[in-house]
Amino acid sequence: MRSNVLRHNLLTALLLGPATAWLLVFLVLPFVAIAVFSVGERAPEGGYQAAFTLAQYANLPARATAFWNTMVLAPAGALACLLVAYPVAYYLALRAPERWRLILLALVVIPFWTSLLMRTYAWMYVLGGRGVPALLAYVGMEDVRLINTPGAVLLGTVYGYLPLMILPVYVSLERLDRRLLEASADLGATPISTFLGVTLRLSLPGVMTGFSLVMILLLGEYLIPTLLGGGKVFFIGNALVDLFLQSRNWPFGSAIAITLVAVSVVVLLAANRISTRLSGARRVDLI
Amino acid sequence: MRAFVVAVFAFLYLPIALVVLFSFNAGHHASEFTGFSVQWYGKALANPFLVEALKNSLLIATTSALLAALCGTAAALGLARVGARTRAVFDALLGAAIVVPGVVIGISTLVALVQLFGVVNPFVASLWPNDQPPRLALGYGSIIAAHGLFSMALVAMIVGTRLGSLDRNLVEASSDLYATPLTTFRSIVLPQIMPAVVAGFLLAFTFSFDDFIVAFFVAGAQTTLPIYVFASIRRGVTPEINAIATIVLVASVLLVVLAQWQLRQRKPSH
Repeated sequence: MRSNVLRHNLLTALLLGPATAWLLVFLVLPFVAIAVFSVGERAPEGGYQAAFTLAQYANLPARATAFWNTMVLAPAGALACLLVAYPVAYYLALRAPERWRLILLALVVIPFWTSLLMRTYAWMYVLGGRGVPALLAYVGMEDVRLINTPGAVLLGTVYGYLPLMILPVYVSLERLDRRLLEASADLGATPISTFLGVTLRLSLPGVMTGFSLVMILLLGEYLIPTLLGGGKVFFIGNALVDLFLQSRNWPFGSAIAITLVAVSVVVLLAANRISTRLSGARRVDLI
Repeated sequence: MRAFVVAVFAFLYLPIALVVLFSFNAGHHASEFTGFSVQWYGKALANPFLVEALKNSLLIATTSALLAALCGTAAALGLARVGARTRAVFDALLGAAIVVPGVVIGISTLVALVQLFGVVNPFVASLWPNDQPPRLALGYGSIIAAHGLFSMALVAMIVGTRLGSLDRNLVEASSDLYATPLTTFRSIVLPQIMPAVVAGFLLAFTFSFDDFIVAFFVAGAQTTLPIYVFASIRRGVTPEINAIATIVLVASVLLVVLAQWQLRQRKPSH
């Protein structure tokens, strides 16, 4: 009996061992390292010098533009993404002919398998001087600048994360009990009030999942603002690359990284809370 | 609504179509199409740096995805055997590994490894009998480990979800019929979680193959395909990149279609 328990525990330890080691060395240790660095000082030649000061955190306003851009463009990008994704998900889940559904769904996912880098750089052609602006000049609108603007970054974020937004919304709409829609119509609701009162409400958990997923990814985005913002529209990610690889101010970079993680955690907790409340409200409604 | 959906699909595929189209461009300039040619494919495959980067990416993606599939599956199986508290700690750590932005994973791993190597290397050197002690440095190992962290957490989550929905009656029936735990695992549990493991492996491979930002920090002297492509874009777009992007696109679509087909073929037998 006792040897059985021992064997059970040994096997559990063996199964969890590699994952534990991995998490400790490549997640916990790095996090502790930047936490320690963030209260340190920059060595004169760059890098880190031991200290205990909150000066790095006090210095955060020096990168206020990066924070401002990220905190404005990440939610805006997620929202724009949602506005484009919702009708597509709705069509796929409730309107598309049965035999087309899987093919259309695959078409949504395929771009996600191709690298974000390649897809973003394709937009550099389209928005660059000889792309759309050249076409606009042809019809008489001269000197339209598209690339290296906040608009271009926003477009890139919508494009890059659209599949990730469509999928969770699609899943929540697909699960929707269609009898509720019929019941709503039978009880004399207009299509619009059926949509607002039933469809939209029941799909809110999927909407929240997609929104927080895209938002979290956008908070740490680097490629899209770099390629489509051309150094004019920079995110926290750009500030981090600059501080770690160019100006080598590791302590300040660590403080920014810790702040970014804190912001992500707050966003996730808020999203979780809203989702719980929404699904709680839904349960009450259905009884 | 149909028109809107069609427009969104056009929006999704227009840039990809442009990349494919310009990969067959005869001219050097990325902005005007001057005739059909496959010369850029030849040039891309004859470019030693590009081929090296592609090989590195394939090696790193395969290794990290394999390790992640193994360790992630083991972790999911192990987590089904522990108490609620241990489970909660693991779930939090795995969740963190997925949610923490790649740019933060990249820099924090860089910082931690540089410090760690700073301690370990002199120590090993002092113990080493001759003048050429092995030196730990950033490279394949650090990219594989950093990619594998995210992938392993992803696999553990996917397989864990699958394990949660596993039919307990089958497992009990199997042990009631005197199957050993190993036999039960092989004939009941493994076939049921296999699709989740394969899906996790594919996701892990794709993630690692596509990742730029994590590798950018921890690659050391190595180059992966995304790092090479990023550098080429900064130097000025070259059509070679379009050719290699097209090859990768076709390969990944084929891979996924093949995987889907495999999974569907296997289903009826179970």
